[in-house]
Amino acid sequence: MSVGLETAPAPRARTGRAKVTDRTKAERRLGLLLSAPAVIVMLLVTGYPLFNAVYLSLFSYRLTAPDDRRFVGLGNYATALSDGLFWQNVFTTFLITLITVAVELVIGFALAMVMHRAIFARRTLRTSILLPYGIVTVISAFAWRYAFDLQSGFVNPWFGLGDFAWFSDRWAALFVIILSEIWKTTPFIALLLLAGLAQVPRDLTEAATVDGATAWQRLWRVILPNMKAAIMVAVLFRTLDAWRLFDNVFVMTRGQEDTATLSFLTYQQTITRTAIGLGNAVGVLLFLSVVIIAAIFIKGFRVDLSQVRGDR
Amino acid sequence: MVEGARKGGRRGPAWRAARATAALALLASGLAACGGSGGVPTLTWYTNPDSGGQAKLAAKCTQAAGGRYRIQTSVLPNDATQQREQLVRRLAAKDSGLDIMSLDPVFVAEAANAGFLRPFGEQEKGQFVQDVFQPAVENSTWEGRLYAAPFWANTQLLWYRKSAVRKAGVDPDAPDFTWDKMIDAAVRSGVTVGAQGNKYEGYMVWVNALVASAGGRIISSAEKGDDATIEIDSPAGREAARVIGKLARSRAASPSLSTDIEEQARSLFNAPNGGFMVNWGYIWRAENGDAKDGVIDKSIPADIGWARYPRVRADQPSKPPFGGIELGIGAFSKHPDLAVDAVKCITSTENMKFYMIDSGNPAARRAVYDDPEINKEFPMAKLIRESIDAAAPRPITPYYGDVSGAIQSRWHPPASVNPETTPRRSADFVRQVLRDQALL
Repeated sequence: MSVGLETAPAPRARTGRAKVTDRTKAERRLGLLLSAPAVIVMLLVTGYPLFNAVYLSLFSYRLTAPDDRRFVGLGNYATALSDGLFWQNVFTTFLITLITVAVELVIGFALAMVMHRAIFARRTLRTSILLPYGIVTVISAFAWRYAFDLQSGFVNPWFGLGDFAWFSDRWAALFVIILSEIWKTTPFIALLLLAGLAQVPRDLTEAATVDGATAWQRLWRVILPNMKAAIMVAVLFRTLDAWRLFDNVFVMTRGQEDTATLSFLTYQQTITRTAIGLGNAVGVLLFLSVVIIAAIFIKGFRVDLSQVRGDR
Repeated sequence: MVEGARKGGRRGPAWRAARATAALALLASGLAACGGSGGVPTLTWYTNPDSGGQAKLAAKCTQAAGGRYRIQTSVLPNDATQQREQLVRRLAAKDSGLDIMSLDPVFVAEAANAGFLRPFGEQEKGQFVQDVFQPAVENSTWEGRLYAAPFWANTQLLWYRKSAVRKAGVDPDAPDFTWDKMIDAAVRSGVTVGAQGNKYEGYMVWVNALVASAGGRIISSAEKGDDATIEIDSPAGREAARVIGKLARSRAASPSLSTDIEEQARSLFNAPNGGFMVNWGYIWRAENGDAKDGVIDKSIPADIGWARYPRVRADQPSKPPFGGIELGIGAFSKHPDLAVDAVKCITSTENMKFYMIDSGNPAARRAVYDDPEINKEFPMAKLIRESIDAAAPRPITPYYGDVSGAIQSRWHPPASVNPETTPRRSADFVRQVLRDQALL
C-alpha cells in the first residue's frame, strides 16, 4: 500500500524534474535502502541460477561424463534452433497457450460475473469455483489421466467411445491436456477478473442503464473498457503460466505422440539425458521466450502491473 | 496474507518462544534421524519398488550382521528411467548416503564409466559371479572390471491362453513358432497379442529382443562412446521393424498399444479375447494373486500356458530379453567395506531363493532353479533358466539412455514403423544424438 502512495505523485514529479526537494531525495534514498535486502535476495536466488545456466549452455557437457566437458560456444543454441523437434515443441506450446488462454478468458469472465452478482451463498459459490485451483497440478493431472484411461477411465463408457485410446493420438492427447489445464486454472483467471469487475464504478453502469443501454451494450461499452487493465494482467499471467506448462504433459503422456512442450523438452535434455549443456541452452531459450512475451504485453499492450492490486 | 502477517507481528513473546521451541524440536528430530542408532553404521539401500522383498532381505542381513551394520531401504520411483534419473542426480552430487543401489542392468555401464560405482576387487568378485547367468555378468562388467553384483535376473516368456491356442490351432511350443505365425493365428481367431509399445524402456526391450532374435545388434563397439558402430540399419533391424509394424497394424494389436506397458498388456491378456502376450515372469504371481482376490476370473490361471519367446526367423532360435537388478555400491559411500559384506549377504544363494519365492522375481544364480520348492512355486522355472541363458542384453554403453531414447523416438508409435525407413532413420538419429547434434 505504501508503494502506491509513493508512486501516485510520480507523473507530477516527472514534469517538474528541475525542483526535486531534499525531502523527496531523502525519501528516495530511504526507499532504495528499504528495498535493498529484497533486491539482493532476488539477485542471489534468481540471478545466480540464471547466469549459471547461461554459462553451462556454452559447453558440451554430460553429468555422467564430467571429464569430457568442452567449450562449444553457441553451438548448443545452433543445434536447438536448427532442430525440427524444437520448433515442433514451440508450436505445441503455442497451441496449448492460445487455446487455454482464450477459452479460460471467456469461461473465467462468466464465472467472475456469477461470483460478482451472486446474492446468496456467495462464500460457498466462490469456494466451489476456486476449488480446482487449490488442487495440486500433479494430482489433477493424474485424476484426468485416469478418467480418460482405457482401463480405469469412466469417460469412454459414459460417451460410448468404446476403446478409443485418448493418449495414443496427438490431437486427442492434446485435447485432454488442454481440458485439464482449463479446468485447473480457469478459477485463477476468474479471480483476477473478479477483482477487475469490482473496480468498475457502479455509477457508470447505472447511468448507462438510465440512458437505455441494453445489457449487451453495458458489457461491451462500459464494463469491459473499464476493466481492460485487469483483463490484460490476467491474460499475461496465464499466458506465461501456460507457456511453461509441464506437469500435465509429464503425467499424461511423457511427451509422446508429439505432445511435448518447451518445458518438457528442457527436462528431457537436462534431467533424462543429463546433457547439461544442451538442456541449459533450451532452458535459456525458454526463458528468453518468456521475457519476449512479457515485454510484448507490458510495452505493446501497455499493461500496468500495479493496477491489478487496486492501487488506482 | 498481509492480514495474517500483521497479526503475527502483534503476538506476544510467549508466542514467539513457542514457535522457536517448535522449530528447534523439528530440527533436532531431523538431525536425530540422520545420526543412526547407537553407533552402528547404517547402510542405505536404494531399492526399486517391489512387494517388500528387498526390505525383508535388508532386515534379514541386518540380523545376520550381528550389530556390525544396519541396512535401511529407501524406495526409488516406479519405472527404470526415473530410477536412473534419481540415482544419477544423487551420485553426480557425490551423495555419501547412497551405499547400495538396485540398478537396472542397462545403467551399470553409464554409472561405472562416470566413476559413480565402487568396483569389486578380484578377490571379492568370485562369489558375485559364481554360477551366475552370463548376460547378468556381462551387464555388470565395464572395461574388464565388475562394478555390480547380479541380484536377480529377468526375462520375458510368451504367455498364452490355452483355450485361445486350441481355437487357433497352433502350437506355441513348436520349435519354429514365429511372430508371424502368432500374429496370423491371433488375427484368424480374433484374439489379441499383447506387447509393450509405450514410448519407454519396455519398448526398447521389445525392439532389442526382435533385432537380436533376427541375428543382429543395435550397436556395437560401445566403448568408443559417440563413435560406436550403429548396426540397426541391417537386415535384422528391418526384420524387427517388419514384425512390429505388422502386429501394430493388425487387428490382433491392443487398441492402446502405443501407450501399453506391462500391466496394460496383462489386462489385455485377461480380457475375454486375450490370446498371447510377451511379458516378464512377475505376471505368474500377479495373475494368481488377482484370481484369488477376485479381480479376474478364477478360471484364468489354469488357462495360462507359457513358451519360449517367439522366433523372428523360423530357422533361428529366439533371443529373449534380459532384465533384472544388479547391486552397485556408491563410490562416495562412507562404509564401502561393510557395503560389500551386505551385498554378499543379500546375493547369497539362499537369499536369492528367498527373494524369488517372496517377490516372484527370478534368481540370478542357476542353481536356484534346481530347487524343488522353486519348481513347485514356479512351474516354468526351467524355461526361465533356459531363456535367461539364451537372452540378449540390450546395448552395453555408457550412453545407453541416449541410444534407447533415440530408438524409442524413431520407432514410436509402433503403427508407424516401416521396415524400409525406420531402421535407417533411427541409425542416423542415434549417431546425431550421441554427438549432441540433436534434441531428444
